[in-house]
Amino acid sequence: MAALGTVKGSGSWFSSLALGVTLLKCLLIPTYHSTDFEVHRNWLAITHSLPLSQWYYEATSEWTLDYPPFFAWFEYVLSHVAKYFDQEMLNVHNLNYFNSRTLLFQRFSVIFTDVLFVYAVHECCKCVDGRKASKELTEKPKFILSVLLLWNFGLLIVDHIHFQYNGFLSGLMLLSIARLFQKRHMEGAFFFAVLLHFKHIYVYVAPAYGIYLLRSYCFTASKPDGSVRWNSFSFIRLISLGLIVFLVSALSLGPFLALNQLPQVFSRLFPFKRGLCHAYWAPNFWALYNAVDKVLSIIGPRGFLRCLILCALSSFMFGWHVHEKAILLAILPMSLLSVEKAGDASIFLILTTTGHYSLFPLLFTTPELPIKILLMLLFTIYSISSLMMLFRKEKPLFNWMETFYLLGLAPLEVCCEFVFPFTSWRLKYPFIPLLMTSVYCAVGVTYAWFRLYVSMLTGPPVGKTKKQ
Amino acid sequence: MEKWYWMAVVVLMGLTVRWTVSLHSYSGAGKPPLFGDYEAQRHWQEVTFNLPVRQWYFNSSDNNLQYWGLDYPPLTAYHSLLCAYVAEHINPAWVALHTSRGHESPAHKLFMRATVFIADLMIYIPAVVLYCCCLKEISTKKKAASALCILLYPGLILIDHGHFQHTYNSVSLGLALWGVLGVSCDWDLLGSMAFCLALNYKQMELYHSVPFFCFLLGKCFQKGLRGKGLGLLVQLACTVAASFTLCWLPFLTEREQSLQVLRRLFPVDRGLFEDKVANVWCSFSVFVKMKDLLPRDTQILISFCVTFLSLLPTCIKLTLRPSPRGFRFTLVSCALSFFLFSFQVHEKSILLVALPVCLVLHEIPFMSAWFLLVSTFSLLPLLLRDGLLLPSAATVAAFCTACGAFFPAWGAASEEALQLGAFVAAARKRKFLPRWSLPFLPRVVRCLFLASVTIMVLLTLMTVTLDPPRKLPDLFSVLVCFVSCLNFLFFLVYFNIIIMWDSKNGRNRKKIN
Repeated sequence: MAALGTVKGSGSWFSSLALGVTLLKCLLIPTYHSTDFEVHRNWLAITHSLPLSQWYYEATSEWTLDYPPFFAWFEYVLSHVAKYFDQEMLNVHNLNYFNSRTLLFQRFSVIFTDVLFVYAVHECCKCVDGRKASKELTEKPKFILSVLLLWNFGLLIVDHIHFQYNGFLSGLMLLSIARLFQKRHMEGAFFFAVLLHFKHIYVYVAPAYGIYLLRSYCFTASKPDGSVRWNSFSFIRLISLGLIVFLVSALSLGPFLALNQLPQVFSRLFPFKRGLCHAYWAPNFWALYNAVDKVLSIIGPRGFLRCLILCALSSFMFGWHVHEKAILLAILPMSLLSVEKAGDASIFLILTTTGHYSLFPLLFTTPELPIKILLMLLFTIYSISSLMMLFRKEKPLFNWMETFYLLGLAPLEVCCEFVFPFTSWRLKYPFIPLLMTSVYCAVGVTYAWFRLYVSMLTGPPVGKTKKQ
Repeated sequence: MEKWYWMAVVVLMGLTVRWTVSLHSYSGAGKPPLFGDYEAQRHWQEVTFNLPVRQWYFNSSDNNLQYWGLDYPPLTAYHSLLCAYVAEHINPAWVALHTSRGHESPAHKLFMRATVFIADLMIYIPAVVLYCCCLKEISTKKKAASALCILLYPGLILIDHGHFQHTYNSVSLGLALWGVLGVSCDWDLLGSMAFCLALNYKQMELYHSVPFFCFLLGKCFQKGLRGKGLGLLVQLACTVAASFTLCWLPFLTEREQSLQVLRRLFPVDRGLFEDKVANVWCSFSVFVKMKDLLPRDTQILISFCVTFLSLLPTCIKLTLRPSPRGFRFTLVSCALSFFLFSFQVHEKSILLVALPVCLVLHEIPFMSAWFLLVSTFSLLPLLLRDGLLLPSAATVAAFCTACGAFFPAWGAASEEALQLGAFVAAARKRKFLPRWSLPFLPRVVRCLFLASVTIMVLLTLMTVTLDPPRKLPDLFSVLVCFVSCLNFLFFLVYFNIIIMWDSKNGRNRKKIN
């Protein structure tokens, strides 16, 4: 009597979910877009009209190319499709060029590249433990995970309204994670290396990869109690990993090395004058410290995932002027853990709800207000109800304090968006809503980070009891 | 606990789709001097706010009836007045007399879209949710699935939130749905009051009035005209009279007032049809120019007779054997009869047929979904004129995905699922169809479906990509109307068969669902 397509076969529900969210993305085409739209249009123009040697020197527009070379090549490929929509957008001097065809092309490019994300989600669903699954489709961990990832609120509003290309980048990351779960370590390393050369912000989670690959791949065996067996080190594996990273980097940076432009490229990628140096390396070190602390008992892909999430969260927390969109780096992988253990589900829900709420200031226009509230409610209600349903046999997911905190988001939103604009403080202290949002969400994110850290310190060494 | 969270998810999804569609263009955007339905609603807010009630329906220097004059019943006018109060509070320039004509701005668009959204949220959506929750003998998830499919019906979303019709269909259809709910759950007085309000909001609800009348009359007969039945009849009559009086109160002071309103509501001198509509008369006129051949009074008489003849069998059956199930199906067939044969039908009136079909979606998913797709297709010329191609394509695809996911397609095209069982059995007995053809009926239906969908897709592609030949500028619109009309005639026959040979609501079943 299951309402959802058991007649049509097992794969059809996934296609329906993917198709449904794609149609929603199409409906979001005319919504507000941020300056990132112009950024990417400019990069299309740069890569299309200028030779390689000029890419990292071009500065007609203020939005200079500051992503690694693979992303520049990606824009180059896109520009060859763009010329069939509107040739004028590829002119470097057409600053802030905008018309309906440009909008259509850009939006469709994001929607189309999300297909990698859909594929990655499909692969992740295979890795999820389905032992506890009930016969009811909507209560299966695979189904819940698919919805949590495909219909993720943060991705929807950042990619398809604000305008960015996080979809396929997150897809690459999830794909590399899935490959590591499936014990295809070389592929996992390859995908991550490629990802690094698409967007260097992912270097925050590189320590997790490094340590896990070292621990689980280079050391081919471990002692019965889980600690490392030092004499099982395999040089060949280490070298092959190094080779992969080297080859990918060579492909990416090689041309610029040949042109002697490496310093310029690095200065664009890591703009020291922005003061990012301090905040950039500090969380990295801190994250490294967190991970190294427990290095010998990180066993198994789930331990790796936990470590990755901690790295991402630490970088978010301590690099405080890191963009709020970086919270997605932690939320998406955490979804994988949330459908397997009640404790993780609880942390995930707190992190996700506050993390997503912290994205609200990104969409400050009135027509988008109902969209962000409706989608937030949709995702939050679904995620909380489905995870509560999945773990209904264990103790409740939230204690009274956490429930209170989460419910407090509603009055906060009402205050910031509906009450504050009509008070006299709007002119004197216009930053109050932003401040309140940041502070309130900081509490939630810090709490989630803390609980995750504690669970990693006190939990049993993962991997021994779990079969993949 | 489970039910409320699925329904909440469904409602939020429906609301999201509605609001995202409303970000697109509206009718008459940037097209002076007349603009479109959007400007009509704004103008009604201006008129009702600035002029006294006595002048609303009359032509005067302040109220030019040629420029979007009020031609819907009083409840619409009161609603516009309510919106006007809010508008004036936000920005008086929006409803200032004369000077606000043709006013267009992003803030104003947001306001107008918000009025539709709120009306939908308060009237139509609760009715749909309650209706699905009250469905019997199906699981919670299937109720939520039905609700989702109904809320994702593209036609209503695109007309109300995209095109922006000056009378909010979600209000009139929502009120009618409350009426259906009330009457099906034996709250006859409340149901009939809700339907009277619907009727006083939009006179096209008359399409639904005959089944309401027959069903309630049938209930009275069932209870016995000597006892409770008579009591019920009297109560209903009083309720109806009271509702109408309440709505028309300001206009009942003078005879001329009420007559003028009636004249505005039923423009008899406008002719059999206006513009292109998927109506029998319009399709007929491709071959025979009826409008020119016959005098206007004869045309009206013919349309009247044909309409009533076509809906007579089902309504008589409903009166003699009233049941909520029969009531729903009769709503479909009556509304469809009115749409196909009545006079001065607008293409948007197909929504009046689509609502009852949505109500039977869970019973015959295949045919209902097919009908709803055709109904949206028949609106294609209108939607293209308003620049709504992208939201149309997206919402139609979403509707198909939802129906396909929840109601498996080919399994639902079997004889049993199409509910042709009783008909086939009767045909076998009475031999009015050749015996060999009977097992092929489901297959024939499936082939017709494939043909219909193929033609619709082809016509859509042609209309979007090609320009019509210069000698026949309306070629594509006429083709769309013609194809839709043929489909609707087929559905008329099908639904009439279902009703007349329906054995499920007879004496055999103890439960009435």
